[in-house]
Amino acid sequence: MDNDSRTDRAREPEPSEGVPAPEGPANLIDTDYVIGQDNLATDKLGFSIDLHGKVFTISALVTVFFVVITLALQTEVEPLFNAMRNWLTGNLSWFFLLAGNIFVLLCLILVVSPLGKVRIGGMHAKPDFTYLGWFAMLFAAGMGIGLMFYGVSEPMSHFGSALGGTTVEDGVRTDWAPLGAAADDPAGAARLSMAATIYHWGLHPWAIYAVVALALAIFSFNKGLPLTMRSIFYPILGERVWGWPGHIVDILAVFATLFGLATSLGIGASQASAGLTYLFGVPESDATMVLLILGITAIAIVSILAGVDKGVRRLSEINMGLAVLLLLFVILVGPTLLILSGFFKNLGAYVVNLPALSNPFGREDANFSQGWTAFYWAWWISWSPFVGMFIARVSRGRSVREFLIAVLLVPSLVSVLWMTAFGGTAIDQLVGDGFEGVRDSALELQLFVMLGELPLTAITSFVGIVLVVVFFITSSDSGSLVIDTITAGGKVDAPKPQRVFWAIIEGVIAIALLLGGGLTALQAMAVSTGLPFTLVLLAGCYAIVKGLMSEPRT
Amino acid sequence: MYSKIMVPVDLAHLEVLEPSLQAVADLARHYQAEVCYVGVTSTAPSSVARSPEEYERKLEAFAQQRAALHGQPVSVHTLSSADPVADLDDLLIQAIDDVGADLVVMPTHPPKHLDVIMPSHGGKIATHTDVSVFLVRPSRS
Repeated sequence: MDNDSRTDRAREPEPSEGVPAPEGPANLIDTDYVIGQDNLATDKLGFSIDLHGKVFTISALVTVFFVVITLALQTEVEPLFNAMRNWLTGNLSWFFLLAGNIFVLLCLILVVSPLGKVRIGGMHAKPDFTYLGWFAMLFAAGMGIGLMFYGVSEPMSHFGSALGGTTVEDGVRTDWAPLGAAADDPAGAARLSMAATIYHWGLHPWAIYAVVALALAIFSFNKGLPLTMRSIFYPILGERVWGWPGHIVDILAVFATLFGLATSLGIGASQASAGLTYLFGVPESDATMVLLILGITAIAIVSILAGVDKGVRRLSEINMGLAVLLLLFVILVGPTLLILSGFFKNLGAYVVNLPALSNPFGREDANFSQGWTAFYWAWWISWSPFVGMFIARVSRGRSVREFLIAVLLVPSLVSVLWMTAFGGTAIDQLVGDGFEGVRDSALELQLFVMLGELPLTAITSFVGIVLVVVFFITSSDSGSLVIDTITAGGKVDAPKPQRVFWAIIEGVIAIALLLGGGLTALQAMAVSTGLPFTLVLLAGCYAIVKGLMSEPRT
Repeated sequence: MYSKIMVPVDLAHLEVLEPSLQAVADLARHYQAEVCYVGVTSTAPSSVARSPEEYERKLEAFAQQRAALHGQPVSVHTLSSADPVADLDDLLIQAIDDVGADLVVMPTHPPKHLDVIMPSHGGKIATHTDVSVFLVRPSRS
């Protein structure tokens, strides 16, 4: 430790055990809470466990309860859960949109403010991962799988509805077009559809992740609190976060992460199996889907046992390499000039339409702003405990500015390029070549139908399938790490068998619901957790500012 | 015969270490060897310490306490990782070279079936280093 940090420590209140600063100047929170103090630990079962008694037990019971009730009362709960999600996105769309704007503004202000100089983990902390490994993990955790499924289908969907113009019944718009649509104007519809898609995959979702990740990273690595969701509330609740208010936040985070992952895994397996059927004629059956889930879970377990660095980082890097190759292929073999000029045009269209698209009040395009935007926001926010916690864990040693550029700005630009290449190519196939195949095929097949119009279809489609499967593996892997850390009271060094346990539970829930029905119902339930987490994120904004203000920035 | 003994230490589970620490003290006195206590901690706050530096300070205090008991020179070496549970074996194998140890003494559990999937740390380290490794098991009684 150098002299700087010693003088800095002199300003701190004297902690009970003379807790020193993290590496270099930083400002630890003085708390008597010892990480793991509420944990139950034993090795009497033949292997060791170390769990937060209340969070683990209640999470496990709630999980079993919801799975059983969804399987047993399928016809009753499905409309109930769907109605709940629709009510939230319908009536509270203004709240989701407004909160989303606050997250983006906060992040953009932090990038340019002096607070951006604060380093996560203390002024002299060294990053745990290289830029490449770090960025690959951010991207794989954040939206890898979504880009595969929606890269083609979302621009196409908005393009179709925008081109169709607006329809009004009883004074209410019944079309799904964004803003004022672009009836019979293919160029205008293309611009509007790309702007709307980029809005859903650009700054806003990444700001949602960045807020959770930054708040957790600051309060864990700089303030010395456990790496678990409740720590975000410390500035507001103080020592009470170690009691029930904190337990509830953590249990909710486990719930959202576990059901979000399990239902995505189940739905993803049925989509991947549709892709395999389309491409290779593999019979589309329950057996195929169950085998896919078992395979994904098995590889995820191997990766979990190998750890973050040798498991999820490696897989993420491989996947980023494959994704870059596929992107370059589409750019070079597809309409190259159109994509390159489209990148700037779409970026421009995004900037021009952003104020109208992100306006929370008095929207005329209710179907679009509620059914698409508010739904997406609730979705991203319900994923944010998982993605945010994982990003926080791998971001130690980065400055706040560096962090925000890598978590907010760069991924947003990559999303623009990805959507332009994949969506733009599909729209060009429809408008330029009159090829209607993509438009008319099922959502999960649109990527493959688009690739089918380009050369080397067999290879690119195979790469597409591999990307989808590996993104699922990294999600299952990082998700299990996150759930394990939360249920272990913030311990990142809890025994390995616990991680394996959670990965298996995800697979089991996915298979049970896939065979028994109720995947979409439970996913609606998971998305509904977006509402309480919006409040958590708003608390996170306050915590970030308060936490950063008290950190040294020289 | 041995001049520097490396002793991996888990400050969160000192009770498990006790029998091996006794062996370390005896060996160190017998060979007049230096003892290097090596600790691996998470970069995130843990139950032992809220930062890698606090961990190092606690490890240093632990080493001095041991030195007072066995009277041999001591040193410490702290390693931190984002995922210490998974990286432990690799970090310790690297540490053997970094600290220049010629003997490793560490506790381990008796062999069990689960070792096939998750090998014991001691067993893994013994198969991946060329220095001598003394694995101390709990007594049978």
